[in-house]
Amino acid sequence: MNTAVDIAGVVLKNPVMTASGTFGSGMEFSDMVDLNRLGAVVTKGVANVPWEGNPTPRVTEVASGMLNAIGLQNPGVDVFMERDLPFLEKYDTKVIVNVCGHTVEEYTETVMKLNDSSADMYEINVSCPNVKQGALAFGQDPKILEETVRAVKDAAKKPVIIKLSPNVTSISDMAAAAEAGGADAISLINTLIGMKIDINRRSFVLANKTGGLSGPAVKPVAVRMVYDAAHAVKIPVIGMGGIASAEDALEFILAGARAVSVGTMNFSEPLTTIKVIEGIEAYMERYGVEDVNELVGAVG
Amino acid sequence: MQGEKCIWSVGIGMKKKISAEIAEKRELAPDICSMVLKTELAEDAHPGQFIGVYPGDGSRLLMRPISICDADREKGIIRIVFRAGGNGTKDIASFSEGDRIDILGILGNGYDTAAAAAKKVILLGGGIGIPPMLYAAKELKKAGADCVAVLGYADNKLFLKDDFAAVCETLTATMDGSAGVKGNVLDAVRAHGVEGDIIYSCGPMPMLRAVKQYAAEKKMECFISLEERMACGVGACLGCVVKTKEKDHHTHVNNTRICVEGPVFAAESVNI
Ligand SMILES: Cc1cc2nc3c(=O)[nH]c(=O)nc-3n(C[C@H](O)[C@H](O)[C@H](O)COP(=O)(O)OP(=O)(O)OC[C@H]3O[C@@H](n4cnc5c(N)ncnc54)[C@H](O)[C@@H]3O)c2cc1C
Ligand SMILES: Cc1cc2nc3c(=O)[nH]c(=O)nc-3n(C[C@H](O)[C@H](O)[C@H](O)COP(=O)(O)O)c2cc1C
Ligand code: FES
Repeated sequence: MNTAVDIAGVVLKNPVMTASGTFGSGMEFSDMVDLNRLGAVVTKGVANVPWEGNPTPRVTEVASGMLNAIGLQNPGVDVFMERDLPFLEKYDTKVIVNVCGHTVEEYTETVMKLNDSSADMYEINVSCPNVKQGALAFGQDPKILEETVRAVKDAAKKPVIIKLSPNVTSISDMAAAAEAGGADAISLINTLIGMKIDINRRSFVLANKTGGLSGPAVKPVAVRMVYDAAHAVKIPVIGMGGIASAEDALEFILAGARAVSVGTMNFSEPLTTIKVIEGIEAYMERYGVEDVNELVGAVG
Repeated sequence: MQGEKCIWSVGIGMKKKISAEIAEKRELAPDICSMVLKTELAEDAHPGQFIGVYPGDGSRLLMRPISICDADREKGIIRIVFRAGGNGTKDIASFSEGDRIDILGILGNGYDTAAAAAKKVILLGGGIGIPPMLYAAKELKKAGADCVAVLGYADNKLFLKDDFAAVCETLTATMDGSAGVKGNVLDAVRAHGVEGDIIYSCGPMPMLRAVKQYAAEKKMECFISLEERMACGVGACLGCVVKTKEKDHHTHVNNTRICVEGPVFAAESVNI
């Protein structure tokens, strides 16, 4: 039975990875999760310099999901390379470094610093809804996205995954723009912009007013978007949004995802990734599937 | 806090999510629920630390952070006392004795009770900040410290007061004046002329701000336990931060994680 998948020349032992921002640098969950078992660890967004992030409250729960407005707080790429990458090097898993920025130059500066590191791939977050200075614009206008991708690709010595925003009119157009700019793969979905109001205080629950919705509540939207995106491009698609079980992950895979990420559910059940990996194997056994790649996009 | 890590280093045990049996459940006052949990996590439990308790309804994804009110390492039990206020805590309070609930722990740093051994400690607990002070009082007493507890309530439903009185001198304040000194914990401290070397405090933010200022005026050491909304509880999501005076050793900005570096902080190190 083969569970390995190839994303732009990087072979993951299985198609299951963590979603950026929900698993720290892996270190935080390493008491509970054997990182060696993961297809890849995707790290929290990192920028060229440290970011303070948003004021609190930054997170809250909603029905079958949560809202977050962390604002991409991160220690900056230098600390990340000194502290977090060496930690991850000890494990037999692939390391995908999620990169954020306010400007094209900030993305490229970070990527260039990481070029000679042990990172296996980059995931470029062009879609975080929680930062003000326009990062979302990269992810919402196909032309700007294509140019941004091209600039990052020019700077990058490792494969580039472009992480798409779901807060767009046509996900297919955005996926196609990322591919046109030279992306090696795309991942989706990032969070959907939401809001929660405290009726007793008559104020917003989150200090940022709005926050990104994630968790099982978004899954059907995410599956549909992964399906649309997979039909719009030839490059590999990484699917995520509310994955809580192997069944959920398989929906994404059948819709066209070559790999999947587990995000919010790491908070509910730290072992979700492991359960998903084991469940996919059990499913393959049950249906006599020899190679997980046979399932990719098998529906539609 | 750059460099000198603000952890007085207790409880660096492994974190895990496990299911625990509810050995005992009682309502101490309307909506104030006390539960004794049978769990191996008790081995690592220190005062000021907390556990994440998951609601039974799976559509409520996030654990509720609840302080350790008491623990017995030998017997393997942890007691929690919490207000069943919102939907998640109401759900948790609806479990019965003998049921099992999922918990994540042990989380956070806790109070350095050993460092307070030769000192006089004033424990200030307000409202639902009262429970963690009980375990602190017990461990302080074990360490040889002298302590006095000043508990602030809304009214005369003085939950846990007798538990404290069995351990140390216990004074009360009530907002409505129905028991003890009328007013807040600091009103009671002043009315009784309570003196000491260190303050440990947990309670609502306005109270903690007042306590921080009081300690600064009196030039007393002061440790406060903070609350913030949490998602992961293990330092991964950066949801639970508080502004710090100095750059934080982990985040490299003026923000530190309450779930890992806290919830207990030296009052002067955080901007509240
Ligand atoms: C370190 C720590 C220790 C705590 N110890 C205790 C304790 O011993 N006893 C006790 O009664 N309470 C304690 N609290 C507060 C308790 O966590 C909240 O009252 C509880 O999470 C509210 O959940 P809910 O289901 O009632 O409300 P909901 O409205 O359903 O909560 C929605 C979301 O907001 C979060 N939330 C809401 N209010 C708070 C708050 N004040 N602090 C943190 N998160 C909040 C919830 O965890 C949940 O994710 C502690 C909080 C922290 C951070
Ligand atoms: C607390 C939190 C922090 C996140 N931080 C990032 C981030 O730094 N970069 C990023 O690209 N996505 C970030 N995301 C989005 C997730 O990686 C993921 O795309 C999204 O949450 C959907 O998956 P899920 O429903 O499984 O969580 C974050 C999500 C959450 C909940
Ligand atoms: S709750 Fe996630 S970092 Fe503290």
